[in-house]
Amino acid sequence: MAVLPILHYPDPRLAEVCAPVERFDDELRALIVSLEETMRAGPGGVGIAAPQVGRLIRAALVDVSSKRDVKNHGRVVLINPEILEWDGFAVGREGCMSVPDYTGNVIRAERIRLTALDETGAAHEYAMEGYEARAVQHEIDHLDGLLFLDRLVSRRNDLFRRKVYQEPKAPK
Amino acid sequence: MGQWYMLTLVGKDRPGIVARVSKALYEGGCNLGEASMFRLGGNFTIMLMATAPKAAGDVDALLKPVCAELDLRCHVDPIEGKLHNHVEPNVRVTLFGADRAGIVARATGALAAAGLNILHLESDVGGTEAEPIYIMQIEGVAHQGIEALRAALADMAREGVTIHVAPIDTLIG
Repeated sequence: MAVLPILHYPDPRLAEVCAPVERFDDELRALIVSLEETMRAGPGGVGIAAPQVGRLIRAALVDVSSKRDVKNHGRVVLINPEILEWDGFAVGREGCMSVPDYTGNVIRAERIRLTALDETGAAHEYAMEGYEARAVQHEIDHLDGLLFLDRLVSRRNDLFRRKVYQEPKAPK
Repeated sequence: MGQWYMLTLVGKDRPGIVARVSKALYEGGCNLGEASMFRLGGNFTIMLMATAPKAAGDVDALLKPVCAELDLRCHVDPIEGKLHNHVEPNVRVTLFGADRAGIVARATGALAAAGLNILHLESDVGGTEAEPIYIMQIEGVAHQGIEALRAALADMAREGVTIHVAPIDTLIG
């Protein structure tokens, strides 16, 4: 297997909606191995999606187990993933191997429940939170042609300033 | 690529400043880099990196008509600098409380002594004229860990300033 070249924005392939995986064969398993090698070759990479290497199929993987104090499921293969439930939201900083030298703040659900197939075609259901849930949402976005750049929120105001509301008009 | 300059422009806020300034620079052959532009106290402020195929005096001359028309003060300095030189912050410090003299000097002094290198600081005064509140948000690199920063601000926290120190763990996916 091999470390594969990463596509960089503005490569138009990163904006494509990817097709579901239908065949769980050796070729798919080889791609997953290469994706993992590519993810681990990048500094600090905790996730990767097939479209980042130019394969426009709904396959990705995450592994946040290298982070301290983060609840995680280890190496998780995400084929045809579906998020079933979202709960809560949090702002966090994200970057991307496909967007070098830039990071930004993104709002993601804090807790998610999802289903995904692994590289053998077996179905799994996961309940995830925090950093791992963020990583999964980032990767699933890739499968839908979205980058974290599409979801940037202001670096400026963590405290969201309230608008000054107009006084309610007196009833006539 | 030509020499990089740091342009500082300040003037009373009005619509169209950014558009007019950037158009004059573009038409003069300049290339824009990183920038921060904010309204501060009714003034519009621009700090802007630009390269120019010209000397600093020529960049000044390029901006002169726009500055005269929009009543902007302008300063141009050649800088040593380049793009693609970002440093990732690993901590965010948010501090707010009743506004009082010396709050910034005290907080930033304590943070610097505890190993914080500030990459980005923004502060604002909100509340009312009678009861102003001061809000400061800092992103930086904590060279001695974030517990050291919390400890450094503990006295201020006891005096009623609200302080949040949170790690920034950038997710690369």
